[in-house]
Amino acid sequence: MREQGIGASVRRKEDQRFLLGKGRYTDDINVAGQTHAYFLRSPHAHAVIEGIDTSAAAAAPGVVAVLTGDDLAADGIGPLICGVTVTSDDGEPHRAPAHPALAQGKVNHVGDHVAIVIAETLTQAQDAAELVDVKYRPLPAVSSTGDAAGEGQQQIHDVAPNNVCFNWPFGDKAANDEAFASAHKISSIELTNNRMVTNPMEPRAALGEYNSGTEEITLHMTTQNPHVHRLVLAAFNQLAPEHKLRVVGPDVGGGFGAKIFVYAEELVVGWACRKINRPVKWTGDRSEAFMADAHGRDHVSRAEMALDENGGFLAMRVHTTANLGAYLSTFSTMVPSYLYAFLLAGQYATPLIYSEVKAVFTNTAPVDASRGAGRPEATYLLERLVDVCAADMGLDPAEIRRRNFIPKDAFPYQTPVVQCYDSGDYEAALDQAMELADYAGFAARAEEARSRGKLRGIGFSSYVEACGIAPSAAVGQLGGGVGLWESAQVRFNPTGNVQVFTGTHSHGQGHETTFAQLVCDQLGVPFENIEVIHGDTARTQFGMGTYGSRSLAVGGVAIAKACDKLIAKGRKIAAHAMEAAEGDIEFADGNYTVAGTDKSMNIAEVAFTAYVPHNYPEGVEPGFDENAFFDPMNFSFPAGTHICEVEVDPDTGEVEIADYTAVDDFGRLVNPMIVEGQVHGGIVHGIGQALLEGCRYDSDGQLVTASFMDYAMPRADNAPDFRIGYAPTDPPHNPLGVKGCGEAGAIGAPPAVINAIANAIGARHVEMPATPETVWRACQSAA
Amino acid sequence: MYSFSYHRPASVAEAANLIANAADGKLVAGGQTLLPTMKHRLASPSDVIDLGAIAELGGIVVNGNIVTIGAMTPHAEVAASGEVQEAIPALAALAGNIGDPAVRNRGTIGGSIANNDPAADYPAAVIALGATVRTNRREIAGGDFFTGMFETALEEDEIIVAVDFPRPEAAAYMKFENPASRYAIVGVFIARTAGGARAAVTGATDCAHRAYRMEEALAKDFSPAALADFQAPVDRMNADIHASAEYRAHLVRVMAQRAVAACA
Repeated sequence: MREQGIGASVRRKEDQRFLLGKGRYTDDINVAGQTHAYFLRSPHAHAVIEGIDTSAAAAAPGVVAVLTGDDLAADGIGPLICGVTVTSDDGEPHRAPAHPALAQGKVNHVGDHVAIVIAETLTQAQDAAELVDVKYRPLPAVSSTGDAAGEGQQQIHDVAPNNVCFNWPFGDKAANDEAFASAHKISSIELTNNRMVTNPMEPRAALGEYNSGTEEITLHMTTQNPHVHRLVLAAFNQLAPEHKLRVVGPDVGGGFGAKIFVYAEELVVGWACRKINRPVKWTGDRSEAFMADAHGRDHVSRAEMALDENGGFLAMRVHTTANLGAYLSTFSTMVPSYLYAFLLAGQYATPLIYSEVKAVFTNTAPVDASRGAGRPEATYLLERLVDVCAADMGLDPAEIRRRNFIPKDAFPYQTPVVQCYDSGDYEAALDQAMELADYAGFAARAEEARSRGKLRGIGFSSYVEACGIAPSAAVGQLGGGVGLWESAQVRFNPTGNVQVFTGTHSHGQGHETTFAQLVCDQLGVPFENIEVIHGDTARTQFGMGTYGSRSLAVGGVAIAKACDKLIAKGRKIAAHAMEAAEGDIEFADGNYTVAGTDKSMNIAEVAFTAYVPHNYPEGVEPGFDENAFFDPMNFSFPAGTHICEVEVDPDTGEVEIADYTAVDDFGRLVNPMIVEGQVHGGIVHGIGQALLEGCRYDSDGQLVTASFMDYAMPRADNAPDFRIGYAPTDPPHNPLGVKGCGEAGAIGAPPAVINAIANAIGARHVEMPATPETVWRACQSAA
Repeated sequence: MYSFSYHRPASVAEAANLIANAADGKLVAGGQTLLPTMKHRLASPSDVIDLGAIAELGGIVVNGNIVTIGAMTPHAEVAASGEVQEAIPALAALAGNIGDPAVRNRGTIGGSIANNDPAADYPAAVIALGATVRTNRREIAGGDFFTGMFETALEEDEIIVAVDFPRPEAAAYMKFENPASRYAIVGVFIARTAGGARAAVTGATDCAHRAYRMEEALAKDFSPAALADFQAPVDRMNADIHASAEYRAHLVRVMAQRAVAACA
């Protein structure tokens, strides 16, 4: 292992600028002649717009323009799209209501975009926005996930009767029913998966610039996938032809999914800067993030497991209602369908799984992918159900898992829900986790806690997720509108340093370090001589961006393939220079050596030779610069077992996470320190969902948790020190042997925490977020 | 934020003059409530009079049995004060658990009690310890100071100068905090004084208040057991997404018992 190569916990390159305050985020960028935009948003959850009078606002001091949906439509700017089709049970595609970027005649959630006010200063824009006269005729609102499709509910969209987007059954219902009919026992659970506001640290922002000389629009914005944004804005929103649109995602302060999507604001800013022929800057504030970022989760489910007399899983059936909000966000339909139902096997060899997902519209912000996206919902449902099964069968929760695990010699394992797991050893992770957590000593710890008046509980969660998103052919078969390969270009400069261009985007993940380690390891170039470049459609080749724990598993492989090409080309150049046969040239540690001799040439010298090809092999192109694309053959399947111990104060219902163990299989680790950081962050994200975070709308569709005063994010004192372990297996389809790690904690943690609370207080179920009052009430009824 | 005129007077007299003559003036101490409110355009004062440069409003002095805390003393300074820790450790602990470090470094005791948020911590201490609020005009007994939700006995242009806390025999504050804001869902301050047991409750109702029934129970027997049957009136409790009235009433008893236990 090179000191800074694969497997080394190299300190993050990017932290120098972040820690010194030298990061350059969208809002840090200011250009000459810049104007400031403010979005006027709906205060109503559901209302008809009977008229908008912008005249007073337009005449206010400093105002440059006040633009509405009519202006947008007149310029032919298209509505926002949803890029994944789900076929409903009537054989028709999911119902897709129009999603104008500025409201046209109707608003459908609090925070819906009504107009953009552009002025010389932000204050002037805000002042003028108060003068826009919007005549609303409020309508009853629909805000409850479970009731949205019920009888007599207010209709939100004409195209979606009963507010249903799709009904999507999956699996062999008849065979499933048969298995249930002959089951020894049926265990069931009903639960909600609480709605979350994703809340990256940096709110969304956009700066649009139009060059009338070149007719190009440059859009700096908070994005996880600049090329995807450019593609959609060009191809579907008619913002500008793709070659006349540059999208730059500079430093981006976290995404967690919320910055994947094509939102109204960024599109409108891009359009407005051309319309007024001046730069337009918009920086969302936290209140806007709460109202108008896509939210996550929000399911209401019932699940049942048919068991044999030994606690073996015979069949599972699931009914889920998923709230998609007022409109379909870019990838929303995929989340409660393909990213959810196809993960319902979990780590278990359950032969039959049948699910029905009903996706509904409500007068709430759109719901889309948020760290884990569908997989946390599937894992929470399954891992809670497994604990209920254990209780019903009188089995230890570890034992029922062990009995039903897919055995390690069964891989590749075809689940009944599409996914074919390529590798795994679930028992190894469980064993290691139980060891690290000292499961054997739990009874004594619980006894000791009881002497202090505390109820101590332990909870397991054995999860599997599908990452390395995704094989393009599979995406196409499922109704996705894109391919999910990744690209890389690795370029030596004549002086021997290396620029790595990746189509992924780093917004906290540390790619500039991890990818440099890959290249350092493979090419033998000093780590400090490698620069990773991403996030600018004018600098990097087309790429698909970062989400679904794909950057290393897909993007990293593309980089490795480009390096392979360089090594191969260099072999020809070195052979020629050292007057040896190409077949006699060995490459190791950055040096080309003639086998059996001490003749050697460093790859930097080879690069120089390629740019100054005075003595050069015939037929070889000059230059030392290669690109590569990688389309994965399968998803990757990170998995693991998390064990949480809690102490509950029965007098108040307060829950303290007393201990937390995570043993994960991420395949090979490139930078263990960064991986551990991802594990920590993911677990805390999951603890947040389990204990604290619950986005709430009232029955009028008003957002009740609209700030950090009412929406509780996890903080350092909500988490203990973690016990971290790894139980890697080698994924045969991934050339780097990596699986992805960014979402695991957020997937594994919620059921581990809730299972621990249920265990502590002897309850069958406790809903998330398990706030003190929720737990106190559960204690009262359990007592 | 709407525009406003900003003033930074150097004396209480100057500040009083400015507030008296402003069309719709606001005094700002640490600004931990006023500034977010203004930022959200929910308040639009014509004048903001910043008390931050008035030296006579700062500082902590212990004189005999009286701990005097200047109105502009930030929570962090009270929390870190060796003199407060020695004289009334419960008060230092209370200050050290308000909000988060940023709030504690900016927020002040004068600002907190003048704002009288129903879930603020300091009002419980001011009431239970029988403190005296000194203003530029008069002295107001702690028990008379808090008159309703965000309402106090202060006149429009009256300025708090300092709060005098008599040293109790023992005291403790137990707060059950809102996990998001870290304000009190319920906070109970118990003091054992020469004059008997004193108790105050914050967070539970529309305004921090003295808990006379609790004091009666503790007068007979200053122990957690004395409050075992104490029931706060559910119908007077606040209810919101964080805690129902029933749960708050329950927490009043639990926090009170824990505070009494901590006084031992």
